[in-house]
Amino acid sequence: MSAPSAPQQVGLIRRFTNAGATTFAVAAAILVLVPLLAIFAYLVIKGIGSVNWAFLTQTPKPPGEVGGGMANAIVGTGIILAVASVIGVPLGIGSGIYLAEYGRNRFGDLVRFTADVLNGVPSIVIGIAAYSLVVVPQKHFSAFSGGVALGIMMIPTVARATEEMLLMVPNVIREAAYGLGIPKWRTTLSISLRTASAGVITGCMLAFARVAGETAPLLFTAFGNQFWNLKLNQPTAALSLQVFTYAISPYDDWHKQAWAGALILIVLIVGAVAAVRITTSRGMLKGGS
Amino acid sequence: MGVGIEVRGLNAWYGKNQSLNSIDMTVAANHVTAVIGPSGCGKSTYVRCLNRMHETIPEARAEGSVKVGEMDVYGSGSDPVEVRRRIGMVFQKPNPFPTMSIYDNVAAGLKLNGFRNRKQMDELVERSLKLAALWEEVKDSLHKKSGASLSGGQQQRLCIARALAVEPEVLLMDEPASALDPISTSKIEELIFQLKQHYTVVIVTHNMQQAARVAEFTGFFLMGSLIEYDKTEKIFTTPADKRTEDYITGRFG
Amino acid sequence: MSDSVDPMNPTEPLGQLPKPATAIPSMAQVSKERKTAASTVLQKIRTSHPRASRIPDSVFAVIILLSAISVFAIVVLVAWELIDKSRLSLHQFGIGFFYGHDWDPVAGSFGAMPFIYGTLVSSFLALLMAVPLSIGVAVYVTEMCPQRLRAIISFLVELLAAIPSVIYGLWGIFVLAPLLREYVEPFLARTLGWTGLFTGPMYGLGMLAAGIIMAIMVVPVIASITREVMTAVPQNQREAVLALGATRWEMIRMGVLRNARIGIVGGVILGLGRALGETMAVTMVIGNRPEIAKSLFAPGYTMASVIANEFTEATGDLYLSALVEIGLALFIVTLIVNALARLLVWSITGGTARVRA
Ligand SMILES: Nc1ncnc2c1ncn2[C@@H]1O[C@H](COP(=O)(O)OP(=O)(O)OP(=O)(O)O)[C@@H](O)[C@H]1O
Ligand SMILES: [Mg+2]
Repeated sequence: MSAPSAPQQVGLIRRFTNAGATTFAVAAAILVLVPLLAIFAYLVIKGIGSVNWAFLTQTPKPPGEVGGGMANAIVGTGIILAVASVIGVPLGIGSGIYLAEYGRNRFGDLVRFTADVLNGVPSIVIGIAAYSLVVVPQKHFSAFSGGVALGIMMIPTVARATEEMLLMVPNVIREAAYGLGIPKWRTTLSISLRTASAGVITGCMLAFARVAGETAPLLFTAFGNQFWNLKLNQPTAALSLQVFTYAISPYDDWHKQAWAGALILIVLIVGAVAAVRITTSRGMLKGGS
Repeated sequence: MGVGIEVRGLNAWYGKNQSLNSIDMTVAANHVTAVIGPSGCGKSTYVRCLNRMHETIPEARAEGSVKVGEMDVYGSGSDPVEVRRRIGMVFQKPNPFPTMSIYDNVAAGLKLNGFRNRKQMDELVERSLKLAALWEEVKDSLHKKSGASLSGGQQQRLCIARALAVEPEVLLMDEPASALDPISTSKIEELIFQLKQHYTVVIVTHNMQQAARVAEFTGFFLMGSLIEYDKTEKIFTTPADKRTEDYITGRFG
Repeated sequence: MSDSVDPMNPTEPLGQLPKPATAIPSMAQVSKERKTAASTVLQKIRTSHPRASRIPDSVFAVIILLSAISVFAIVVLVAWELIDKSRLSLHQFGIGFFYGHDWDPVAGSFGAMPFIYGTLVSSFLALLMAVPLSIGVAVYVTEMCPQRLRAIISFLVELLAAIPSVIYGLWGIFVLAPLLREYVEPFLARTLGWTGLFTGPMYGLGMLAAGIIMAIMVVPVIASITREVMTAVPQNQREAVLALGATRWEMIRMGVLRNARIGIVGGVILGLGRALGETMAVTMVIGNRPEIAKSLFAPGYTMASVIANEFTEATGDLYLSALVEIGLALFIVTLIVNALARLLVWSITGGTARVRA
């Protein structure tokens, strides 16, 4: 048989393609990181000047007047996030436990799937649901309804993190506990969940960071408020809402305050994410056997 | 046609750990040469240095002189891509491309090299599969079955066919039969025996009977050094070095 | 009887647990072991529950089951509320709602076409930019960059995902839009104006700005999944291609991307899901005008933005109902898109092990 032979040299085109693809990948990495750095730079440059004592302690001044601050919004965000955590964390951990310890069946798959679907539902749609489930029956906007919306959004993240961490707990540990006559509920809570606690906390923090800056679901639940409010059933200001309102306003001073509010928001969120990163990387070093 | 290999002063490192100490070895063209030695002695590292696969591992590097025929593998103008095309390699675990058909698996290297002539490609694929003794088993499902749907032994022969299709001058095999059952193993051994008519083969093996069956020459490695290198018969009957003898008898005894 | 004795100290982190003994210990050994510090927690639990009762166990199981049901119930409830509250509009307009071009609440005409158009075009634009970039970043991180940079870049891309939408919007209004208006749009108008896509007044704010902002937001979604599925490709596939004499790019294309393609498609669809539902950043930069214009410089409007802008001002039940119906459509579309993406990604990384794959 005749033996046709392959070309002997690595072609110029192949070299060129290789160099082109490499350049593209490097350029893509740079191009993606540029906006990130730009956003952080602008937040610091434009925001830091307006973060002062008044900003942190006063409520907003009427439109057009200079001064005032976002104290009520900072506290409002705290209240809403507290409500969200009270709803999202237990339900999330509970369903995570179900998925890991009971959910090796059809219903488990269904829950797992719905959790992922819920994760992808646009936040504005969650806002509509919270509006018609809480605001409409109560007949007014409230911090509580905002917390409900954000709490719902936390559930899938917490649930999947809990499931994943529990699945990493070796079965011998559970068996050892059962062998000693410890009931399943006690084993799950005091042994499995405790062993997995670092990972579960990580999941909760990530969920927290994810909803902390959410704005869309608060538009028609928490609604916003120019004044102090500490009541759960009253309209409440939130940092993210305030940033939005100020950013699209025509007043220069409000624009400055929007940057300052955004800076505080990002510090809160990046702080949470970085804390998670540091704890998990340390955990990974420890657990790398 | 196969070409000879001349290795002089080859050193290799993983990070700071040196895993090959100045290896000198001359591999005869169109013969099968076996590389044996205990686990971790540097057999894989050695054959991976011959086609510059070693340097694909992060932190790994190699120094020394390797000449394959006229080609200076570590010469300043040498291109690892070209080196690897001319020196085929078969790995311990069969690694066919799971998303490609059998045909495309064999043709993969040809397509990389800009081969477009469909008719010649068909011929080359058929020839390679025949050389690898797989043709009869797969000729009816060349395009229908994926590379991953074959049995382990068939997958390994597919990988051999894939390596042969680009017409290498040397074929390196790193324990090609260690993941296979006895029947597949004997098929591969038979195949290696056939291949030496056209190629220079270097085979790493854990199994000394296998070395004795397929190879004319055998090199014994220990802790990164080439202890003894001679005719296979000599190595297995009257080794010159005590350490070789210990290893051989320890295993055979 | 369990075959392990010691690995039950729950305060120890996972990785430090000793390997279970292979031999079955004698009873004496077991009771001696139990007294060690490592098992005092178990001991305490055991003494406080001399006989394991079945009742607390079933109560616990029910509570856990209820929280799992709650996840399912929430999704059903959300769907039900959306259907219920949009009933008025569904009855009034029927399917025509979705291809009506006219959105004039004062006149009582509600057609969602401009929003659907805006959502699709801005999402498409975002993917057009984000997909090559994300794959490029993922390829760089998994196949090219030095080990030390790898963790840093992954972390930075992760941070990109953590920035709230409203901050992207803020940045879009005050940084990106002026940039587009002063430099990018005039340049595009000069070079590509003939296509008709880059003509008309240059506001900065508009469809193009929305597409760019959303691209930045979608990159981390696609990049992280692409990275995950690329990492899941076994090393021996890369070696097989290299050994045939492939350049690095050919190795990536044939050995990695080809094997990972289904997962990457899953990631892209997931990114699409995120883009379709993205609200605040888009609302802040797209210009919010319910018109269908060919030029990407022109302002547009998306489904999510119209809800965000008009929901609290909606006067009249029909108006509100029409907005909820847009929300319902968004819900259904993202549901389908996400389900599809999950199925694809699951088929690669194997169900439960999503992050750890
Ligand atoms: N990827 C790697 N990174 C670091 N060190 C390595 C790596 N691969 C091999 N080594 C080290 O290099 C030495 C030689 O390894 P090599 O794989 O060549 O041995 P081998 O003779 O092929 O063993 P085996 O018969 O088990 O395959 C060993 O000490 C091993 O620990
Ligand atoms: Mg080896």
